[in-house]
Amino acid sequence: MKVHGHTRLAALLLSPALAIIAVFMIVPIGITTLYSFLEPARYGGVIWEFSTDAYVRLLFERDIFDDTLSFSTDYIRIFVRSLVQAGVATLLCLLIGIPTAWFIATRPDRQKTLWLMLVTVPYWVNLLVRTIAMLLILRDEGPINDSLQAIGLTSGPLPLSYNNFAVGLGLAYSFLPFMILPLYAAIERFDFSLLEAAYDLHANRWKAFVGVVLPILRPGVVAGSLLVFIPGIGAFLAPDILGGGKTIMIGNLIGQQFQGSRNWPFGAALSTVLMTLTLIALMWSARRAAKAGTEVV
Amino acid sequence: MALLDRRDKDIRNLPGFGTMAVVAVVFLYAPIAFLTLYSFNSGRSISQLDGFSLRWYKAVFANEGIQTAALNSLTVAVIASSVATVLATAAAMATVRLRFRGKEVAYGIINFPLMVPEIVTAIATLIFFATIGFRLGLMTVIVAHIVFCIPFAYLPIRARLASMDAGLEQAARDLFARPMMAFRRITLPILMPGIISGWLLAFIISLDDFIISAMVAGPGATTLPVHIYSMLRLGITPEVNAVSSLMIAASSILVLISAVLSRKTKT
Repeated sequence: MKVHGHTRLAALLLSPALAIIAVFMIVPIGITTLYSFLEPARYGGVIWEFSTDAYVRLLFERDIFDDTLSFSTDYIRIFVRSLVQAGVATLLCLLIGIPTAWFIATRPDRQKTLWLMLVTVPYWVNLLVRTIAMLLILRDEGPINDSLQAIGLTSGPLPLSYNNFAVGLGLAYSFLPFMILPLYAAIERFDFSLLEAAYDLHANRWKAFVGVVLPILRPGVVAGSLLVFIPGIGAFLAPDILGGGKTIMIGNLIGQQFQGSRNWPFGAALSTVLMTLTLIALMWSARRAAKAGTEVV
Repeated sequence: MALLDRRDKDIRNLPGFGTMAVVAVVFLYAPIAFLTLYSFNSGRSISQLDGFSLRWYKAVFANEGIQTAALNSLTVAVIASSVATVLATAAAMATVRLRFRGKEVAYGIINFPLMVPEIVTAIATLIFFATIGFRLGLMTVIVAHIVFCIPFAYLPIRARLASMDAGLEQAARDLFARPMMAFRRITLPILMPGIISGWLLAFIISLDDFIISAMVAGPGATTLPVHIYSMLRLGITPEVNAVSSLMIAASSILVLISAVLSRKTKT
């Protein structure tokens, strides 16, 4: 076999996987974008007529009597809420994740494996089950509210569930392992003997941490934030189960268009916007990573 | 004193970080531990423990809807993860061992399912099957699962292959002459742990999925998470807790198996 020119064999080996992803994912996303420019049929599906109504509907409300358009922030608000909730969840994960990953990475090898196991196992538990478990904890009659009242800190239940707080917490709970693992990987790569020099320069460990370690953590922070933020924006289960009617996010709004209210083009348009947002976030981070790479090397 | 001073300066031990790690673990485990505890409750309540009993587990095992859904979930997971693993192994062989143009593109396509929000995948797949007029059923769920299982199966296999000495295969090829033989006798056995963990990963991911299955499952093709979700319409019941606890147990066992396997192969 020659070292170069394996193109035919490579094509043979790769084509099944690539074809399946292309046919059942890339083409469907293309069709979805196409659907976003069509007219909705009454009971789901589409009428093959060009229309930008789905996108107009994102920003404007159409008067049912005289067909005039007026600016409406209803759907924008859902988009903003999704971004904010995903952002809050990301910050919460960073807050918990950085110290945790640091602690794990600085343990002796055997303890390290154990701690890593501990933080990864919950991730593999079914997300729906974990979300239900979170609701169980946060309910008005749940253990948190029960114990708060038992020790007399509160007289009635705190509103922990069916609101934005619950959704943000639920999102952080869903994706925390995604944050800890890349952070851990970044810290693992770090050569601690280098820190000796930092001590001499910075005098105390907090300054050493901020001055030397945080820059090293950066790739882990970027990767982890992305892994929490992106699934966070499009999340369906956390807002559906932990939130109330006033806390729905894009994922739920999209889902509704294919279940209850049935407007496929509108759902397709929402998906297209969500997909675009996601790709922008990914490209931004890829560019940042590339830049950071050239800076370091 | 000097020792104490050293420890105090050691950046490995930052005050409060250990506490935070404990907080993280409690945060991750408390909800599922609580749910599991209440699944053993003898009473109907989900907020007051009356005593220990297995009645809700008995109820789960007697529930035909749950049985059918669990069987569907297993069928989908076994088929989807197996197909995805075969495809991913071939793809990994190509991307790690061969030189060809467009490798970056191939890599991008394989990982593409990881970058698309699940809800987008879900409705895009639904729209696709509706457009080509394919009736929704178990088959549509299986196909959708194969797609997103591919990158999950691919990653561990690729990692294992990349850490493997290519010289071994080269030597084998010199001895056996036929590449297929070298693959079967040398590459495949060494690659096996990667393949197994890839399969397990894909399997768990398939069992985990809710939204994609919910969108593309036809009548009678309900998977277990979709069924549990529909049970929630009556609120969280002890029965929901019991079936959820069973899922927690199943995925924990699978993760432990995969951890043990990966540790065994490291030594």
